[in-house]
Amino acid sequence: MTDAMLEVRNLTTTFGHGRLTAVNDVSFTVRPGEVLGLVGESGSGKSVTLRSIMRLTPESGAVAGQVLWRGRDVLKMTASDLRRVRGGQISMIFQEPMTALNPVLPVFVQIEENLRAHTDLDRGARAARARELMDLVGIPDAARRLREYPHQFSGGMRQRVMIAIGLASNPKLLLADEPTTALDVTIQDQILKLILDLRDQLAMSVVLVTHDLGVVAATCDRMAVMYAGRIVETGTVAQVFAQPNHAYTRGLLGSVPHAGTERSMLLSIEGTPPPLGALPAGCAFHPRCDFATAPCRTTLPVLEDIAPDRSVACFNRAAVLAAGSPI
Amino acid sequence: MTDAGMITVEGIGKRFALPQGVMSRLAGHPAPAVHALNGVSLQIRRGETLGIVGESGCGKSTLARCLVRLHDCDDGRILFEGQDIAGLEGPARRAFNRRVQMIFQDPFSSLNPRMKVRAILGEALSVHRMCPAADIPDRIAALLALVRLNPDAADRYPHEFSGGQRQRIGIARALAVEPEVLVADELVSALDVSVQAQVVNLLLDLQQRLNLTVVFVAHDLRLVRHISHRVAVMYLGKVVEIGATEDLFAAPRHPYTRALLDAAPELDPERRSRQVAARGELPSPINLPQGCLFHTRCPLALDRCRTERPELTDRGPQHQAACHLADFGAPSTETTA
Repeated sequence: MTDAMLEVRNLTTTFGHGRLTAVNDVSFTVRPGEVLGLVGESGSGKSVTLRSIMRLTPESGAVAGQVLWRGRDVLKMTASDLRRVRGGQISMIFQEPMTALNPVLPVFVQIEENLRAHTDLDRGARAARARELMDLVGIPDAARRLREYPHQFSGGMRQRVMIAIGLASNPKLLLADEPTTALDVTIQDQILKLILDLRDQLAMSVVLVTHDLGVVAATCDRMAVMYAGRIVETGTVAQVFAQPNHAYTRGLLGSVPHAGTERSMLLSIEGTPPPLGALPAGCAFHPRCDFATAPCRTTLPVLEDIAPDRSVACFNRAAVLAAGSPI
Repeated sequence: MTDAGMITVEGIGKRFALPQGVMSRLAGHPAPAVHALNGVSLQIRRGETLGIVGESGCGKSTLARCLVRLHDCDDGRILFEGQDIAGLEGPARRAFNRRVQMIFQDPFSSLNPRMKVRAILGEALSVHRMCPAADIPDRIAALLALVRLNPDAADRYPHEFSGGQRQRIGIARALAVEPEVLVADELVSALDVSVQAQVVNLLLDLQQRLNLTVVFVAHDLRLVRHISHRVAVMYLGKVVEIGATEDLFAAPRHPYTRALLDAAPELDPERRSRQVAARGELPSPINLPQGCLFHTRCPLALDRCRTERPELTDRGPQHQAACHLADFGAPSTETTA
C-alpha cells in the first residue's frame, strides 16, 4: 500500500528464547492523520506491539517481521538511524507519567533534552520552543512551571508534560500506550481531546492503545482488536461497533454497560484470557466462545480481508454477524 | 421500621490530620488536614442499590469505610435502623459488622495469601458463629457454588486464582455471614472488561436472590448507571446531586454531574464531541475553596457561588442537587453549559 505512513508486517515478538509469544503475526497500517485504536484486555499483546515498533522490548525479547516507516524497516535500522526516527519522527507516551518522567530533573531539562537531540535550535530558541510546547498542551504559567519537578504536577498535568516532550520534535506519528488509564474521567476527556486537537494542528497519525471501548468510540477512526497476541478483527470504528464479526469483539462490546439496559444481565464472556505460555490449540478464543465449532478447536483461523479496510479471523463470522451487535 | 431509611447518614465529616511543623504550630496556624468528607447526608433504603460516583479524592471510599465503621466520623452521625453506629459496643457492634459487610477494591491485598480459601471462609463463619462447626464444610461448598466457583477452590490459596475469581472469593467471604447490606468499594475496577461483566452479573443476581441492600462505590459512570437504583454524585467530600438513576442521567441538575456525564466516553461512535467537558482540575482537599466547592471549575459560577456554599435542595421527586442555579438542567428552561 502506498498511502501508509507506518506499515507493520507479520510482527512477532517472543520472550525467553521463543517460549512465550506475546505478539503473533500482527500486521496493520497507519495512514497519515488517522487515529488507530489497538484494543484488548491485559495480556493481549497491545503494549508489546507498540514497544516492538519502537524497538523498546527488553533484551530477552526477539522481534521478527517488518516495521516499515515511510518504506524503511525500523527493525533493521542502524543505531544512529533509529535514534533519528525514535523520539524524532515517531514519539511515544506511556500510561504512567510518574514513572516515565525523571523525578530528579526539572521539566524544562526533560523537554529540552528532546529538542537538543532532534532539532538544531540554539539555546534561546529551545527555551522559547519549550514554553510554546507547554502552551500547546495547555499547561498555564509555562515559564514558572518549566522550572518545577514532576512531583509538583498533578496526574493530568504530568501526562501533558509527557505529551509536550513527545511533541517537541514535531513527530509524524504518536504512539500512545494507555495515556489516560490512570486519569480521572474529566481529565481523561481533556487529554483525549488534546491529542485529537494536536493531531489536527500538527497533521500527525496516532496509534492509541487502550482497553476502554468508550475511548475508542470517542477518539479513533479505525480499530484493531487483539486477543492472545493476535489481531482478531479490524475495521473502521463505526463498522466494528455496528457489526462485530468476531465473537470476542461482540463479547467485549456486550461486556460494557450502556444506556437503556439498566439492571439487566450483561453479555459477558465466561472464563479468563489464557496465559501466553499455554495457549489453546486452534483459535485461542475457542474455550470462551459461544460460537465455537469443531474446526475452531484444531485450526487457527487466519485474518482474512472481508471488505476494504475490514478483516476478521473467525470461522463462524457469519453466525456472529447474524447474532448482531449487542449495542 | 419503615422503608424510609435502613441507613441514614446525617451530615458526616471526616478529616485526616497531616503532620504540622513546630514553626507552623508556634505561629498558631490551624492544623493542616485532608478534608475527606464535608457534611454528607443521604439515606440508604432497604433492598436498593445506591451508586456512589465521583472522581478520585472525592471521598467516596472514605464514605464507604465510614458506613461500615472502619473510620469513625468527626462530625455528624450514621444511623443504622435508627441507632447511632458510633455508640455500638461489644456484641452489638459485632452484630452490626455482621449485618453490614464490605468488599474491597483490590482482590490481591484483601485476602490473606497464607490462608486457603477454606480457612478464609471458615474464619468468617466461626467468628460470627454462623453455624455449628460440623456444618462448616457444607456451608463453604454452598458459598462457593453461590459465587460460581468450583468446589475444589476451597483447598487452594488466593494466588492460584485470577483477579475475577479472587473478587468472587471476597464476595463469598462477605456473604458467609449472611449480611443485609453490602458495601462494595470499586468492586470491579481492577478487572478486565470481560471479567467485570461476569462479576457485575453475579452481583445483580445475588442481590435479587438474597434481597441485599448494596452500596456500590465506583468511578465508572457506565457501571454505576447499569447497576444502581439511585445514584449519589460526590465532589470534594460532598454529595452534589442525588436522585433516581434514570432522572439523574437523563437530566442532570448540577453542572458537575453534567460535566461528568459529558466527559465519560460513550459507546456510540456517532455521538462524538470535541468540546472539553470540564476545564481545570480538582482543587486540593487540604485547602477547600470558599463557597461552592465546584465554583473553581464551573462554567456558570456567579458571585454568590464564590461565597455561599449551596446545600442539597429538592429538584423533583427524590431528586436533590446542591447548586444555587435551581433551574440548571430543568426540562422547561434548557440551560446550555
